[in-house]
Amino acid sequence: MPSHDQGSLLEVRGLQRSFGRVRILRGLDLTLRPGESLAIIGPNGAGKTTLLRLIAGLLRPDAGQICIQGQPLRAGAHRVRSAVGFVSHQTLLYDDLTLVENLAFTARLYGLRRPVETAVAALDAAGLADRQSERPKGLSRGLQQRAAVARALLHGPPLILMDEPFNALDAAAAQRLRDDLRSRLSRNASLLLVTHQLADAWELASRVAVLIQGRWVADEPRSGSLDSFLLRYREWAHD
Amino acid sequence: MTDVLRITLAVAGKDIRAELHSRTALISALVFAALVLVLFNFARDPTAVSAAILGPSVLWVTFVLAALLAMNRAFTIERENSALDGVLLAPIPRESLFLGKLLANLAFVGVVELLTLPLFMLFFNVDLVPRLPGILLVTALATTGFVAVGTIFGAMTAKTRFAELMLPVLLLPFMVPPLIGAVQVTSRLLADRPLSEMWGWLRLLALYDVVFVVLCTLAFSAVVDE
Repeated sequence: MPSHDQGSLLEVRGLQRSFGRVRILRGLDLTLRPGESLAIIGPNGAGKTTLLRLIAGLLRPDAGQICIQGQPLRAGAHRVRSAVGFVSHQTLLYDDLTLVENLAFTARLYGLRRPVETAVAALDAAGLADRQSERPKGLSRGLQQRAAVARALLHGPPLILMDEPFNALDAAAAQRLRDDLRSRLSRNASLLLVTHQLADAWELASRVAVLIQGRWVADEPRSGSLDSFLLRYREWAHD
Repeated sequence: MTDVLRITLAVAGKDIRAELHSRTALISALVFAALVLVLFNFARDPTAVSAAILGPSVLWVTFVLAALLAMNRAFTIERENSALDGVLLAPIPRESLFLGKLLANLAFVGVVELLTLPLFMLFFNVDLVPRLPGILLVTALATTGFVAVGTIFGAMTAKTRFAELMLPVLLLPFMVPPLIGAVQVTSRLLADRPLSEMWGWLRLLALYDVVFVVLCTLAFSAVVDE
């Protein structure tokens, strides 16, 4: 078993995962320290979403270990999960509940005090104050995404996992999300963000990684311009 | 323990609230129960078989089929937008998730059964009022067992393509023991037989409840966690 890096919030060692005969992740290592934000880019099928779902505890690895705040993530270790907030492709919202009911239910699951008040405050911060009594299915995809993000960040998780969080958001909402994430990063939260639109996340990321066919091709501090990084990315993706 | 209770009530409250908004499961199960009773009422020959003899079987077949509709709903709502993932991400014991879903399912099926009883009295001309405590006891005992099994199978089948079809296929064989016990007790209640004649069946129903509620609670984590 690899030794745990005391300063890391997330430590992944030798992570492997297959679906049937298809190998998705081929022994990934990853370390994320408090305040760090890592943007992961890669072509379709590279294993980005699988990586996030494994770290969120929604999938089990075939091999390897995931430690969050020094605690191994395994079945039954449900306390570790409170450290994670996950924005998925799906909204994870109940269509038959109003937005405030959805978030109040989440608040109850995380044992937050005053669940309804907490939910109202989160919706207000997401610019959904006037929509709190509406159900997700009646909202546009962009408004649903705002609610999904508010839901994921409701309990103030130190480790934030985001799969295409800027999808369907308008420019103002995307900027508001970036500002919110910057504020959380300054308070020592860590961010792992998967995107196809690196431009949306470039300024937010302290590191940028490229995942291709389940392996890291690059993992480096963000430096230089987005255009020069994308030029190199295209070369990696075509190799 | 308080955590388990708190989450159980939160999950059950969420399901009940969602159902109150949509009323999908309750209304469809109630309409279905009424239709089954109407069909049986027209299909039987009252001169050949008395209501007291046929009634218990009809009542329990109606309960079981209506319960299947109500239980299908429990994990269908978890599939929409992958909402179940949101629950599984939370730091909660999986047992409390099962107990919450079980509690909500018992509430739905219980309401359907309670509203079906007057219809049964109307169609089959059977007076259940003097036997109501006994009927409610056997209904509670039989329902708890098959709803516990239905809740865990609902979670299993929710991940399949034909969840609505798979649930009855898996669940109906497990419903046979409580169904037999419930019909036997209800027949004796309608015939005004003494309690001593029902005691064995009631104990069997109670044993089925204890065994399957405990087993399903313990096994639930393996079903919902990958």
